[in-house]
Amino acid sequence: MYGNIDRIEPPDAPSDATSDAPADGDGGGMVAAARHAEFDRLIADDQRIEPRDWMPDGYRKTLIRQIAQHAHSEIIGMQPEGNWITRAPSLRRKAILIAKVQDEAGHGLYLYSAAETLGVDREDLLDQLHAGKQKYSSIFNYPTLSWADMGAIGWLVDGAAILNQVPLCRCSYGPYGRAMVRICKEESFHQRQGFEILHTLSRGTPAQHAMAQDAVNRFWWPSLMMFGPPDESSAHTVQSKAWGIKRFGNDELRQRFVDMCVDQARVLGLDLPDPDLRWNAERGHHDFGVIDWAELNRVIRGDGPCNADRMARRVGAHEDGAWVRDAADAYAAKHSRDTAAVA
Amino acid sequence: MSGQRGWPLWEVFVRARRGLSHQHVGSLHAPDAAMALRNARDVYTRRGEGVSIWVVPASAIAASSPDEKDAFFDPALDKAYRHPTFYDVPEGVSHL
Amino acid sequence: MTAPTTRTSAALVDYVTGLGDDALVLSHRLAEWITRAPQLEEDIALANISLDLLGQARTLLGYAGELEGGGAGTGRSEDDLAYLRDEREFRNLQIVEIGNGDFAVTIARQLIFSAYQFELYSALLGSADETLAGLAAKAVKEVAYHRDHATQWTLRLGDGTELSHRRMQAALASTWPYIEEIFDPADVADALAALPGIAVDPATLRPAWAAYVRPVLAQATLTEPRPNRRTRGGRRGLHTERLGHLLATMQSLHRAHPGASW
Repeated sequence: MYGNIDRIEPPDAPSDATSDAPADGDGGGMVAAARHAEFDRLIADDQRIEPRDWMPDGYRKTLIRQIAQHAHSEIIGMQPEGNWITRAPSLRRKAILIAKVQDEAGHGLYLYSAAETLGVDREDLLDQLHAGKQKYSSIFNYPTLSWADMGAIGWLVDGAAILNQVPLCRCSYGPYGRAMVRICKEESFHQRQGFEILHTLSRGTPAQHAMAQDAVNRFWWPSLMMFGPPDESSAHTVQSKAWGIKRFGNDELRQRFVDMCVDQARVLGLDLPDPDLRWNAERGHHDFGVIDWAELNRVIRGDGPCNADRMARRVGAHEDGAWVRDAADAYAAKHSRDTAAVA
Repeated sequence: MSGQRGWPLWEVFVRARRGLSHQHVGSLHAPDAAMALRNARDVYTRRGEGVSIWVVPASAIAASSPDEKDAFFDPALDKAYRHPTFYDVPEGVSHL
Repeated sequence: MTAPTTRTSAALVDYVTGLGDDALVLSHRLAEWITRAPQLEEDIALANISLDLLGQARTLLGYAGELEGGGAGTGRSEDDLAYLRDEREFRNLQIVEIGNGDFAVTIARQLIFSAYQFELYSALLGSADETLAGLAAKAVKEVAYHRDHATQWTLRLGDGTELSHRRMQAALASTWPYIEEIFDPADVADALAALPGIAVDPATLRPAWAAYVRPVLAQATLTEPRPNRRTRGGRRGLHTERLGHLLATMQSLHRAHPGASW
């Protein structure tokens, strides 16, 4: 998952697991309680909740929002990297980048499919994205200003995403967890290719080395922000953990990420732009500087460098493509008997 | 107008190799079966995982309801949404 | 086998380069659709086709470079050929460099060109050149899928809504003038003469191509255009004005760092 996207906002009406109305009339109270107990037992037992199981409304809504925003992140994430496909400086790099961006589209589709098992339609989720009611990871609101950004995104952004995603493979909701297993399998090459790009640049010409360092300087802090606000100000962490949706806190994942990157940065021969970054022997971790949470808030609220561009591209593609989708529907309706057979 | 609500949902089943049975891998949207099959190939077999693909309109799937018995449904009941675990844990991925 | 003469080698380099440039330029055009396609499934499908073509381009241009160097390893690399030649040195057919237009124009271009590539690679399966025959064996399966994708969309756009029908008919009108050039043997006459059994006479591909494409148009309720003009010259380095802009974008970063590795 590309980080915790909307935790800065004050929560909506507090999600109350016991406030779900039972589906039945008479005896509804007892049936509801039994269903709830079964749900709780499955969660406590670290079992999976499947699409047709009973679940608290809050659980369902939290999952829909989280999975949808994860899906939106994948497809919006295609844009900053897509920006360099036509200028990729070698055919091999071009092929790898096209494959990576194509994977992201595929991941978006897996996730929309997982969200749909909860009873929503992908079109509704896209409407929410287009209307700004559902979000995507704020990291994608930063521009990709040089080829080296392809390396920085692969190394840092995908690296952070993997740290978030691996625990999600054990998410309590089956379809989401299974989508994550599939995504994690495919994602392993994404981070490697980013690292390799930076490694090559760092050891290349002075101009290439400078390009790589500049990219890391711009993407480091936004990558740390991907893990969301500090746990103490994260509204939904406690409930999400109780429901088996979230396995680790933001701070813990962020710390793991920093420790991992310090070593990798050394191998890359690149500096991390944090003068406060240093090993703390007592803690057994790296201390790091203060994150500018005001910036994260600004970007989440729409005041980032690329928010408008990302949405314009996404909404534009959707609207420009409406006539094509309509044509496919019209054809299907005309030929519904024929198209049922394998063409 | 159907174009505004998107294409219908299809469930996708892939047999990755001879000797295995078809496994449910996910779902996708397509206007008809021909496109659903082609989309499934593009989305679910990008790494060559497919020998045979089935696509089924989601609306055609009949599933048992967990409500049929009581709240504690028998996990041995055959369900359309049963997902056998067929994923190998990726190497190097550590789970808690 | 007799060692190739200079004339044969030059002709083969030229021929292979032309096929490679077709794939390279079209791959680039299709990649421009990524994040702009009508549905996510099409971002994936078009990227898939783009990747297939890029793979063909790399094999072909890599081979052309090898031949150039006469096997001594002194020829240009695939990247040298892709990034350091000017417009006048590119040997692609003009159809692959035209702009994507709307989705209908892209599909019309795909229908025409992938159906041609299917016949081309089918014929190249029998080429006396092992590399070309080997590439053809892989590529013919890829372009069979490309052709099928284009066909499915031609049917849906042609026989979909009134709007899609109009757009698809207009797309055919704008792309049909590029067909003559594809099947014209004049610009590859030297290669054909110098490379019997190796190069394929594009004129021989036309009947099978037409036998495929015509029924698709008919089924899609589309009318085959009768253009009053035709394009020519791509194989001789005479292109539309669009190729220059395409190359400017494609080559800019590579050229900004001469000699660098990526």
